[in-house]
Amino acid sequence: MSEPAAQKTISVEVNGSTYEREVEARRLLVHFLRDDLDLTGTHVGCDTGNCGACSVIVDGTLLKSCMMLAIQADGASIETVEGLGADGELNALQQAFGEHHALQCGYCTPGMLMSAKALLDENPEPTEGEIRRAIQGNICRCTGYVNIVEAIAAAAEAGR
Amino acid sequence: MLLASVEYVRPRSVEEALSLLAANSNARALAGGQTLVNVMKARIAAPELLVDLNDVPELRGIRETDDGLELGAMVTYTQLARAEEVHRERPILADVAAQIADVQVRNRGTVGGNVCSNDPTNHLPPVLVAVGATMTIAGASGIRLVPAEEFFLGVYLTAVSPGELLTGISVPRRQGGDGFASVTIGADGTCIANAAASMNGSLRVALGCVAATPVLIEVPSADEESVRSAVAGAELDPPSDIHAPAAYRRQLARVLATRAARQASGAA
Repeated sequence: MSEPAAQKTISVEVNGSTYEREVEARRLLVHFLRDDLDLTGTHVGCDTGNCGACSVIVDGTLLKSCMMLAIQADGASIETVEGLGADGELNALQQAFGEHHALQCGYCTPGMLMSAKALLDENPEPTEGEIRRAIQGNICRCTGYVNIVEAIAAAAEAGR
Repeated sequence: MLLASVEYVRPRSVEEALSLLAANSNARALAGGQTLVNVMKARIAAPELLVDLNDVPELRGIRETDDGLELGAMVTYTQLARAEEVHRERPILADVAAQIADVQVRNRGTVGGNVCSNDPTNHLPPVLVAVGATMTIAGASGIRLVPAEEFFLGVYLTAVSPGELLTGISVPRRQGGDGFASVTIGADGTCIANAAASMNGSLRVALGCVAATPVLIEVPSADEESVRSAVAGAELDPPSDIHAPAAYRRQLARVLATRAARQASGAA
């Protein structure tokens, strides 16, 4: 065990790249990603753990990065929306969101995509009900969710 | 939002965690952080030291024993909702855990955090009172066991004193059925009122959201009339807020107690 400290150098792997940074203990993971690593795909929405715009996957677990401290992620492997596509190409989920008009303003989309990814990683053939439950923690104020559910179902279909 | 400056430490054992908590009267245990981090953002709490329990293996895991289930304080809602042992021994715990908030919160939020924050709208306090759970609290002078109905002392207040740590929860083997019913703000949202029930000879009903702590009522039989009159006899004085006036919560307590009792008695 290390001693109590107000700041610490942490090492995290984000989308396959390793970063070492000194962080204050009070720094939220979402601010670390956006402001320290310049990975601004992850959005800050409500900042109270309700909207899900800041959802990322840490060591395989979907969570809201506004309710985890960066210092807690020391040694962790993190996936953010920037890691979904490769070489400038959108992945199947991202393409399906475009094709099914699953976004309008786009603010919730990074979190929505990470929740959808976490679902499909674990359950490649979800029912509509399972899709709806999987995105319960992600609020979208534009689409009414119908097209988002269709897009996730389509991406699941395409992945089969 | 920017949190107030804070120190952080990640102990590897309960013993280390206890010595850290004992050494600083303004230290707080950090479990899943789904309440505490937000409370710190709002500067409602400003601990000097966060003792992160996420690396303490003793606090993890669900064990089946001769007497029932042993839940580590750091078991997440997702783990509780999925564990085979829980589905076998006490499925109500899995059912209730699966209806707390959303995937992300269930992945991080812990059983120990839920009961130690003791927000009167939380799901698990009434359930644990109804099933007759026992809380294990560790401190400098050793371990003490506290029945769930004596654990919850007030809003955000429990039997865990400064310098102590809730390490686990023992849930006895099921004798009869269990039940839970709630009315929430949106699907799986915050409870406006809830009720848990458990059959073990007589019926134990614990009502949530109608007082600072779960209200335990022993009912001689599970028929609807007995449950309703037992709830009426409790002379509840629930709070009014933006979601419901007191009279509505009182009415919900009667209705939800009946529903939970019906499920517990196998009639649902």
